[in-house]
Amino acid sequence: MRKITYGEAIREAIDQSMEDDPSVFVIGEGVPDIKSVFGTTKGLAEKYGNRVMDMPLSENGMSGVCIGAALMGMRPIMVHLRLDFLLLAFDQIVNNAAKWHYMFGGKANVPLVFRAIIGMGWGQGAQHSQNLQAIFAHIPGLKVVMPATPYDAKGLLISSIRDNNPVVFIEHRWLYNTWGHVPEELYAVPIGKAKMVSSGKDLTIVSTSYMTAETLKAINVLEKYGISAEVIDLRTLKPLDDTLIINSIKKTGKLLAIDSGYYTNGFAGEIITRVSEKAFEFLNAAPQRITLPDIPTPSTPALARYYYPRHINIIQKVCEMLGKPSNEVEKLLESERKKDPKHLDVPDESFSGPF
Amino acid sequence: MGVVHGDISGKGANAGFLIDSYKNMLLIRRVEEKIAELYSEREMRCPVHLSIGQEAVAVGVCMNLSKEDTVFSNHRAHSHYIAKGGDINRMLAELYGKAEGCSKGRGGSMHLIDLSANFIGATPIVGGTIPLTAGSALASKFQNKNNVSVAFFGDSAVEEGVFSETVNFSSLHKLNVLFICENNLYSVLTPLKDRQPQREIFKIAQGHDILACQADGNDVLKVCEAAKEALRHIKSGKGPVLIECMTYRWLEHCGPNDDVNLGYRTEEEVIEWKKKDPIKMLKEKMIKEKIIGNDLLEKIELEILDKVNNAVKFAKNSPFPEKESLSKHVYAE
Repeated sequence: MRKITYGEAIREAIDQSMEDDPSVFVIGEGVPDIKSVFGTTKGLAEKYGNRVMDMPLSENGMSGVCIGAALMGMRPIMVHLRLDFLLLAFDQIVNNAAKWHYMFGGKANVPLVFRAIIGMGWGQGAQHSQNLQAIFAHIPGLKVVMPATPYDAKGLLISSIRDNNPVVFIEHRWLYNTWGHVPEELYAVPIGKAKMVSSGKDLTIVSTSYMTAETLKAINVLEKYGISAEVIDLRTLKPLDDTLIINSIKKTGKLLAIDSGYYTNGFAGEIITRVSEKAFEFLNAAPQRITLPDIPTPSTPALARYYYPRHINIIQKVCEMLGKPSNEVEKLLESERKKDPKHLDVPDESFSGPF
Repeated sequence: MGVVHGDISGKGANAGFLIDSYKNMLLIRRVEEKIAELYSEREMRCPVHLSIGQEAVAVGVCMNLSKEDTVFSNHRAHSHYIAKGGDINRMLAELYGKAEGCSKGRGGSMHLIDLSANFIGATPIVGGTIPLTAGSALASKFQNKNNVSVAFFGDSAVEEGVFSETVNFSSLHKLNVLFICENNLYSVLTPLKDRQPQREIFKIAQGHDILACQADGNDVLKVCEAAKEALRHIKSGKGPVLIECMTYRWLEHCGPNDDVNLGYRTEEEVIEWKKKDPIKMLKEKMIKEKIIGNDLLEKIELEILDKVNNAVKFAKNSPFPEKESLSKHVYAE
């Protein structure tokens, strides 16, 4: 089985989609340059010429240009190095891309992918690391996809490019160097289908993107402690597939929703609401969530430890939910803290970018 | 739907062309007068932004376009939609919120579309469709087509960032875009002088190194000549063009009434502009040059009256969308 990184999986998805369909083009600041968006567009300019475009720093205008091109039969992939800059295009994405199909009675559609890169750490601070997936998922007409693995990154990006609707495709920088099995051929992972990544009986954990990686780290520890958690990776936030979640809750009776976004009105809250609406009678404990606090991201590494939720917080929360004795839990957490790297503002000490 | 496209031959316009321009402008005028007349019935339950007084801009430009050329527009879109050949039955049905409306009742007056006429869409976020026009032109470039994409927008749209962003990008890639700024001197009630410095709008476009000029937007022939020249320039690969058309909205910003009582513009100003009625000016020119007589004028009036009445009838008789259709078209298949 071939293994490649998440970043390479994205590059391959674009490359193969462009080969497959001449209406696909890529545009974004730095797309054809030497750094090629963390390597995710590497070599494409040489192969596809003017279908790989740099662009002026006009996020809103250029989003409109992509919408217009999509209306006339193209399939643009628009790349934003930081989701924070995509906010400058909120007007075009929300008012035009998301609404066009509906407000014109289905007469036209906007097949357009907005690649939005999110992240954390390395002092990126308040304007370079926002995880605003919940805002996009609030908008009717948009699809929001957040893959956690290289396999899903490739398959879901291919589906997003083929989709006849605007898709906000959110990639977490800390996943770029993660490895996984990725088939060489062109394949699609369907949008709107969650995935059970680990089955268990004690509680259900619903997570997405990078938080799925932290969750898997946590359940490895919990397993040794005798706790069996069922983990569902959402993969798509909108349209949301809640069947898998509801079925899991019927089995476990407990829900922990984990999101890399903020606390209030975040996506974890949506998961809890769905479960409360549809499976209330199966719950035997109050649903819980782990998110960022309602605080802008501080730049200093000194505060990163207290700001970002990670596997330790997940272990703690799960133990609380299952009523484990606090002295035992504290021992478990202490042994995990001992394994902590010196710095928590990078995925691992060997990581030196790209950020 | 009843719109005639012609061409200017040589420098002077031929009789057929003048008559067609007149017919097209009159059709827009009569459709909108009918909307104004029926609006108080409260059956058209959506905002309407009437373009009465500004018909020459839409017609002067669209008379030069071929069917393949695409048009994008704004909240004041009736004139552009009709001038590009949009179906007026479906437009009226849309205003009435009907299932046979051009947007199946989901759009109203501010969201008109007729893809069979390559009228790609109109939306009311100011400046919102300007970049889409460049996107349409970019698609044409990828698809090796030499058609032109036209953006109609008002004077306030140039205050939005997307205007400059789009002109910059279109100039950079020499896209086939024709920017038509209808400068009617007001944004809602706010006059141009309170929004922009004392410089002509077309000069902003010149700053992006594209061909730009000003035209008398109440003289259909002047608009037509400017548009014809612009299209020649664009199609020869020399890049986009902007034409600032000076014109004037007769009625209130939104709705069917006069608004002199609001005091933001003087009655004298309105009267002065009404003297420059584009339809009346063309009619007088044609009478003076013996291109048209009373018989033909009357015949045209009756033909148009018939079309307008039929459109209203079609709209009123059309069914409302079914309850089951509410959630249709959120996503495309």
